[in-house]
Amino acid sequence: MNGSTPLAAGGFGATQRRDAWWIEPAITAFVLGGFVVYANWAAFRNRDFSFGPYLSPLYSPNLEHLLGPGVWPSGLPSWFPRSPAFLIMWAPAGFRLTCYYYRKAYYRSFTAHPPACGVSEGNRGYRGETAFPLVLQNLHRYLLYAVLLLLGFQWYDVALGFRFEDGFGVGVGSLVIAGTMALLTGYTLSCHSLRHLAGGKVDCFSCVRFGEARRRLFLGLSRMNEHHMLWAWVSLFSVIFADLYVLLCAKGIWTDLRLL
Amino acid sequence: MSATEAVFRVFRGGREGGEMREYRVPVSPGMVVLDAVHWIQAHGAPDLAVRWNCKAAKCGSCSAEVNGKPRLMCKSRLDSLPLDRPVVVRPMKTFPVIKDLVTDVSWNFEAAKRIPPFTPRPGVEWKYDQADADRVQEFRKCIECFLCQNVCHVLREHDKKGAFVGPAMLVRAAGYELHPLDGLTRTGFLREQGGIGLCNITKCCTEVCPESIRITDNAIIPLKERVVDDFYDPLRWLWRKVTGKG
Ligand code: SF4
Ligand code: SF4
Ligand code: FES
Repeated sequence: MNGSTPLAAGGFGATQRRDAWWIEPAITAFVLGGFVVYANWAAFRNRDFSFGPYLSPLYSPNLEHLLGPGVWPSGLPSWFPRSPAFLIMWAPAGFRLTCYYYRKAYYRSFTAHPPACGVSEGNRGYRGETAFPLVLQNLHRYLLYAVLLLLGFQWYDVALGFRFEDGFGVGVGSLVIAGTMALLTGYTLSCHSLRHLAGGKVDCFSCVRFGEARRRLFLGLSRMNEHHMLWAWVSLFSVIFADLYVLLCAKGIWTDLRLL
Repeated sequence: MSATEAVFRVFRGGREGGEMREYRVPVSPGMVVLDAVHWIQAHGAPDLAVRWNCKAAKCGSCSAEVNGKPRLMCKSRLDSLPLDRPVVVRPMKTFPVIKDLVTDVSWNFEAAKRIPPFTPRPGVEWKYDQADADRVQEFRKCIECFLCQNVCHVLREHDKKGAFVGPAMLVRAAGYELHPLDGLTRTGFLREQGGIGLCNITKCCTEVCPESIRITDNAIIPLKERVVDDFYDPLRWLWRKVTGKG
């Protein structure tokens, strides 16, 4: 029998829970950490990001290609690889970093605030999202705007993935990239801030102009939003898969199959 | 094979402290933790304090922690718990113990009073479509069990009861703020006294809610977004400055 009072605060990780509560944050930390490492490696790689008509989603759109080498700031140190991935990656990276789902995931698994429900954080200070830098999470919607803008260009690159030297065609790679972009679009459309933009501020849809259309849009986006976590994960994995696909094709390790 | 007997370790004590005491309880089909607590009361521990009313997961009285998880005792079936080890039943950690499993949850009612109440728009017609009511109806399901308040780390771990009203009260505030007839803006309250920025949307409240209210997604985040509209959106701020519009 123990004689502790119910109010006694335990040290870090103290809990009465019996289940393996640490598995979920540990897996999340491993997978998210792995993705960050992969994405950085892929961006620094600065090669093998295209094959035939395919462009890896991590490099799409290729702004260097579209705007010329003048896009690189002149003061950039020479050792820094001029990888076109860096020109765009800040947007999806920032979008995911400030995403309401990923925030939950990394607050739990990286900062352990809390590590799991009903598990002690130990005696550490906590200011939530009220102070710098976390108060910047409030700018999530601006990263949404940037990502929405990119999506337009990325779908254009998807279309180019069907344009082979001999004209229109369909390769496995075309489908891999289109599928990835569909999942990325699903993730973006299920964003909490987009849902708010669509109708979050409206209390009475039947009282405003275009109310019925906005209600439908709001409800549609809300339905997608219910699965935001799922969209977040599948789109993450698909980006890695598509990048690997292009890389392996470019290296000649994998042969892309032409379907049409 | 179903167990015929289970061991319960139940907290016995008060505000100053106490101990875990073991009781052996016969198990019958369909039994819930609250039944076991009642059996203990009836067989040897008549002074064991427990609060309950409906035994139907609707009054929100029997909140406690079963094997470390905040839950309603009347909704915790024994056949969903491992009975090869003692079942640990403790009072909610976040609120002061009065006796045994009964805690003093009155802070929640004080926190509720801080929220600017429902305030209809002047001269509004008391009529609205069901479709417009759908959104706030979810929040009306709250049975005030305060399990979400108990599990929320802002209150449980950091004891910020002065600075943060907690998820249940954010659900209540959303019920007013998103109401089709309400005319008040609560974003200033939410940011300051409500402490909505202290919530880091880690969703433990949603995980424990016995009414399956999607507290974080449908109440807290929509309110956070409204707070962003009014306080953190630079373009909106500029627009307000230029046009002078609210
Ligand atoms: S999501 Fe926010 S309110 Fe809910 S438990 Fe977590 S910190 Fe508390
Ligand atoms: S929101 Fe859910 S968990 Fe919180 S008090 Fe209401 S019913 Fe209980
Ligand atoms: S006794 Fe009413 S909710 Fe459990």
